[in-house]
Amino acid sequence: MGEHTVKAFDEDITRLRGLIAEMGGLAEVAIAESLDALVRGDEELAEKVVARDKRIDALETEVDKLAVRIIALRAPMADDLREVIAALKIGGVLERIGDYSKNIAKRVGMIEGRARFEPLTLLPTMGELAGEMVHDVLTAYAARDPELAREVIATDAKVDAFYNSIFRNLVSYMVENPSTISSAAQLLFVARNIERIGDHATNVAEMVHFAATGAYPPEGDR
Amino acid sequence: MTVIHPNMADESAKIRARDVCVYYGEKAAIDHVSIDISPDYVTAFIGPSGCGKSTFLRCFNRMNDTIGAAKVTGLIELEGEDIHGDRMDVVQLRARVGMVFQKPNPFPKSIYENIAYGPKIHGLAEKKADLDIVVERSLTRAGLWDEVKDRLDDSGTALSGGQQQRLCIARAIAVDPEVILMDEPASALDPIATAKIEELIDELSGRYAIVIVTHSMQQAARVSQRTAFFHLGKMVEYGPTSEIFTNPIEERTKDYITGRYG
Repeated sequence: MGEHTVKAFDEDITRLRGLIAEMGGLAEVAIAESLDALVRGDEELAEKVVARDKRIDALETEVDKLAVRIIALRAPMADDLREVIAALKIGGVLERIGDYSKNIAKRVGMIEGRARFEPLTLLPTMGELAGEMVHDVLTAYAARDPELAREVIATDAKVDAFYNSIFRNLVSYMVENPSTISSAAQLLFVARNIERIGDHATNVAEMVHFAATGAYPPEGDR
Repeated sequence: MTVIHPNMADESAKIRARDVCVYYGEKAAIDHVSIDISPDYVTAFIGPSGCGKSTFLRCFNRMNDTIGAAKVTGLIELEGEDIHGDRMDVVQLRARVGMVFQKPNPFPKSIYENIAYGPKIHGLAEKKADLDIVVERSLTRAGLWDEVKDRLDDSGTALSGGQQQRLCIARAIAVDPEVILMDEPASALDPIATAKIEELIDELSGRYAIVIVTHSMQQAARVSQRTAFFHLGKMVEYGPTSEIFTNPIEERTKDYITGRYG
């Protein structure tokens, strides 16, 4: 895209995109670190994840303020308007992704008998997949790439399948070893959180597609 | 190349223009433009200065005839009737296709006379009682009646700028036109007077086909349902206003409306 006649407009848009990129980077790290903390029982790292979520929240507020200011002062049109609306919505979604990671981190201390607790090993792969979705969707955002956004949307089915299989696995584990019910229930919530992260990455992908093309991705993708 | 969005061709078009060119001497100010103007919507012409949008607007009631050097070619039909045809009376045409200009230009006469003049010369009303009705109805439709009903004998030029512009709209309405052309009707007005004009355009749409030329894209977005973008004498894109302003097809349209032009 060419430059605006009013240069400050370009600066505003660039700054908005920068904020989203920063939020996305933090959300990505939060997913990876919360699961790492969970698997290793690293409560110190978990606390760090929880503390760092405040930064994501603050960035979301900044995105909101800047987007509202751009709409009020610059009356953006066409691509610019879609860009601002998309950033507004993506900011909200990334904040939610941060919250899910924080929620995972908060459960780190609640897993008992971790050394012998086998299902724990299932979660990181699922988390990696969801983390990749977030990573790819941010790449698609930065490159305004609707094709990559559609690939991210397609990946969500894999995360969902993972969730279903982990769910069954955990339930049968609880049936066989009632003493692990409390820990296994925690992991159910973790798996659920990761599944939600995948859904939210899908939402971001839809907004990236919308901002880039003016249309939502075809229904078959979703 | 002109991009025309789907469903813009209009069977019931009020005005149909085909391959219209306007030359000022050698130079083509309008270069092969074709468009259907719907009777039901407000159509906005936008584009940078010198793009030909006002020149094109003035074709619709043959205002370019008054400019010696201007030559218009192509076909323009009003309700299927060639406006350059032998049987077309240009005075009659301008009653059917009224015009409101950038600068309000009331006659230096009373408010009452400003409205009554047109109907009188066109023989639409002769008796005082009939004229009274036309004056009240026109001023009411133009949203000016309550403000001027007690001083109809005051000079039209004594009104504020915004009121003068609404007086000019009332004057255009008085002869019961089919189309109202507006060339930058609010660009000389403050924001409140502008809002009143825009509200008025909204109320008049449906009753009259309205075509408005405006430099303010926000205004085009607010008042129109159809937008045509002009550039260098050509119509670049014509489509529903909501599409043009959220998802234009042509790169040049996009650059212009997002402020990346030039």
